[in-house]
Amino acid sequence: MEELIISAQTEEKNYWRDLWGYRELLYFLAWKDILVRYKQTTVGIAWAFLRPAVTIAIFTIISYKVAGASPGAVPTVLLVSAGTLVWSLFATAFADAGNSLVGNSSLISKIYFPRLLVPASTLAVSFVDFTISLAILAVLMVWYQYVPDIRLLAMPLFVLLALTASLGAGLWMAALTVKYRDFRFIAPFIVQIGFFASPIFYRSDKFHGVERLIYSLNPIVGAIDGFRWAVFRGAIPLYWPGLVISAATSIFLLMTAILYFRRTEKSFADMI
Amino acid sequence: MSDYVISVEHVTKRYRVGQGGASTEGLRHRLEAGVRNLFSAKKAAAPKLPSSEFLALNDVSFQVKPGEVLGIIGRNGAGKSTLLKILSRITPPTTGQIRVRGKIASLLEVGTGFHPDLTGRENIFLNGAILGMTRVEIVRKLDEIVAFAEIEKFIDTPVKRYSSGMYVRLAFAVAAHLEPEILIVDEVLAVGDAQFQKKCIGKMNEVAQRQGRTVLFVSHQMAAVRKLCSTALLLSAGTTSGIGGVEETIQAYLGHMTASDRIIDLTKIAHSGYMNLNTARLERIAIDDACSLAYAEPLVFHVDVKCDTAVDGAVIGIGFDTSDGYRVMTLDSDVSHKELNFAKGKYRVTFTVPRNSLNPGLYNISCAMFSGGALIDGCQAGTWEVITGENDNVSNRGFGGCRVLFDTEVRAL
Repeated sequence: MEELIISAQTEEKNYWRDLWGYRELLYFLAWKDILVRYKQTTVGIAWAFLRPAVTIAIFTIISYKVAGASPGAVPTVLLVSAGTLVWSLFATAFADAGNSLVGNSSLISKIYFPRLLVPASTLAVSFVDFTISLAILAVLMVWYQYVPDIRLLAMPLFVLLALTASLGAGLWMAALTVKYRDFRFIAPFIVQIGFFASPIFYRSDKFHGVERLIYSLNPIVGAIDGFRWAVFRGAIPLYWPGLVISAATSIFLLMTAILYFRRTEKSFADMI
Repeated sequence: MSDYVISVEHVTKRYRVGQGGASTEGLRHRLEAGVRNLFSAKKAAAPKLPSSEFLALNDVSFQVKPGEVLGIIGRNGAGKSTLLKILSRITPPTTGQIRVRGKIASLLEVGTGFHPDLTGRENIFLNGAILGMTRVEIVRKLDEIVAFAEIEKFIDTPVKRYSSGMYVRLAFAVAAHLEPEILIVDEVLAVGDAQFQKKCIGKMNEVAQRQGRTVLFVSHQMAAVRKLCSTALLLSAGTTSGIGGVEETIQAYLGHMTASDRIIDLTKIAHSGYMNLNTARLERIAIDDACSLAYAEPLVFHVDVKCDTAVDGAVIGIGFDTSDGYRVMTLDSDVSHKELNFAKGKYRVTFTVPRNSLNPGLYNISCAMFSGGALIDGCQAGTWEVITGENDNVSNRGFGGCRVLFDTEVRAL
C-alpha cells in the first residue's frame, strides 16, 4: 500500500502528482470567484464588458491627446484595445494573486490542498475576463472592417507569454505577502509603474537601441508587441531581441517563483 | 513491520512565541537587520530580538491501527489541535515524521470555505471539492447530502439567508458524505444544538463501525469519547505516553485536571464560529474579585466581549460541564436579560447567580455568543473549581452536579 510521509522536508516526487490530483479544486476555486463576483450586482456579468470598454475608450483618448498618436496602418483604438487587453490580464492576475492567499487564510489554516491552486485560480479568473474582453476587440475589428491574416494563429503564444509572466509575478507576490504584509502596498505600486512602462497607449518602437532592450525586460512589453503583431497582420513589426528578452524574463520569473513558493508554502498556515 | 494506517514517529512541533504577527517578522526588520549587517561587518549577526520558543508537541509517537476509532483528549493547549493540523498536512512537524496509509479527510471546522453569497447547491460543490471530493462524486451524492441536511426547499437560496441550524446541517452533511479511509474530526461537534450533536455522533458511529474506517476524534466531551472510541490518547503539555484504553485514559486525564486561573484570557484559546463572521470576539472570562467560587455563595463572573461591528439580539451562554462531560448548568443571558444589543466597542457582561448551586468540584467552562441563532464565537474556556463554603452543611456526596435550594416539610400523618 502506498505510504504518504509527512515531515519537515519538502516532498519532491509527489508534488506535481498531488497538484494534478487536485485539479478539480482549481476549477472550483475559479468558478467560485467568478460566481461570487457578480452576485448582488445590478448589471451582473455586463460588468465584464463595461469595465474594459470604458478603459479602452479612455486610453484611446489619452493616446490621441497626450501621446500624440498619429493614424497609421492600424486604427489607434484597435492598437490601444490590444494593449489594454493584455495589460489588464497581467494587472488583475498579479494583484488578485498577490492577495489570494491572505484572502483565503481561513482555508489555508483549516484544510490541506496544494497552496499553488489559490493563486493559480485567480489567474484562471483573469483569463476568463480576458477572453470576454477579447470579444470587444473582435467587435471593434468588425466595425473597422479590419481582417487579421494567418499571423492570428500565433496570438495564443503571446497570451501564454502574458500568462507566464502573470503567474510568475503573482506567485512571488502571494508567497511574499503571507510573510510580509508590506507587499500589499507594493503590489498596487508595481501595477501603477508597470502601466506606464508597458506599451498600452503608445507603441514600443518609440524606444531604440539599448533603451529598447532594457525596456523589453518588462515581460509585458514582449507580450503586447507580439499580440499586436499577430492580430494586426504584422503592421506592428516583431522586434525579436526584445521578444526573446521578455520571454526569458517571464520564464525566469516563473521558475524562481515556483521555487520560492514551494520552499515557503509549508509554513503558510503558521504565518498567515 | 506492524499493521498500522498512521504511524507517528517522534514528532515535535516548535513555535516561536509571538510568531505570526507581521510586526515581528516584518520586512522592515529584515531590511534593518540587513543594513545593520552591512555597516557592522564584524558583528555578522544582528542583535536578535529575544525570542522564546514553545514546544506544542514534544517527541510524540504512536500508531493507529486500521478501523480504530481513536479519541484524543487533553486540556486546552495540550497540543491536540497542533497534532491534528500536522496529521492533516496543514502545518509541517519541526522534526520527526508521520507515515500515513490511505486517503485522509480532515474536518477541523464545520463549513470550511463556505461562501455566504453562494447557494446551498453551489456551496456543496465548493465545500466538497475543498474536502477532496471529485465532481462526479459530488453529483452522485448531491441528493443524499441535501436529504441529510433537510434543506431541500432552500437548496437554491444563498446560505447567508439560512438559519444557523440549516447552515451547520448542510456543512456537516457534506463532510459526512466523504469517503476517506481515515477521518480526522476536531471538536466541531461541540457547537450546535443537542439534536444536531446526536445526529453527528450517530453518523460518525456509522462511519466507524459499519464502514470500518479509521477515525481520529478530538473532544472535551468524555461522554462522546466513551460512546464513540475504541482507544484513546492523552496529550498533556505536548507529550503523550501513547495509546491506551478509553476508560483508563479518561481516568488519567481527569486525574490531571487542575483548575485554571480565576481570570481566563480567551484570546489565547482556539475559538470556533460557524461562519467566521468575525463580528465579535469573546475576550475574557473572569470570576469577580469579591466572589469566593464556593458552594451556596453568590457566583459572580464577567465576560468581556469585543464587537467589531454592531451586534443586535445577542445572547451569551456559559456552560458548566462536569469532568466527564455532562452539562450541569447553563447560564444563557437571554433568560434574565431579553436581548443584548451591542454597538461597536468593548463590553463587560456580568452574570450574577445569587446562590451557587454547583457541588464542590471541577467544572469545564465553555462560553458562546449567538446572534439570531447563529454562533458568532465560542470556546472551551478552561476549568474552575467550586470549593465548599461556610453555608455548605453536607458537602458533596457525589450525586448529581447541582444541589439547589429547596424546602422540606414534614407532617405527621
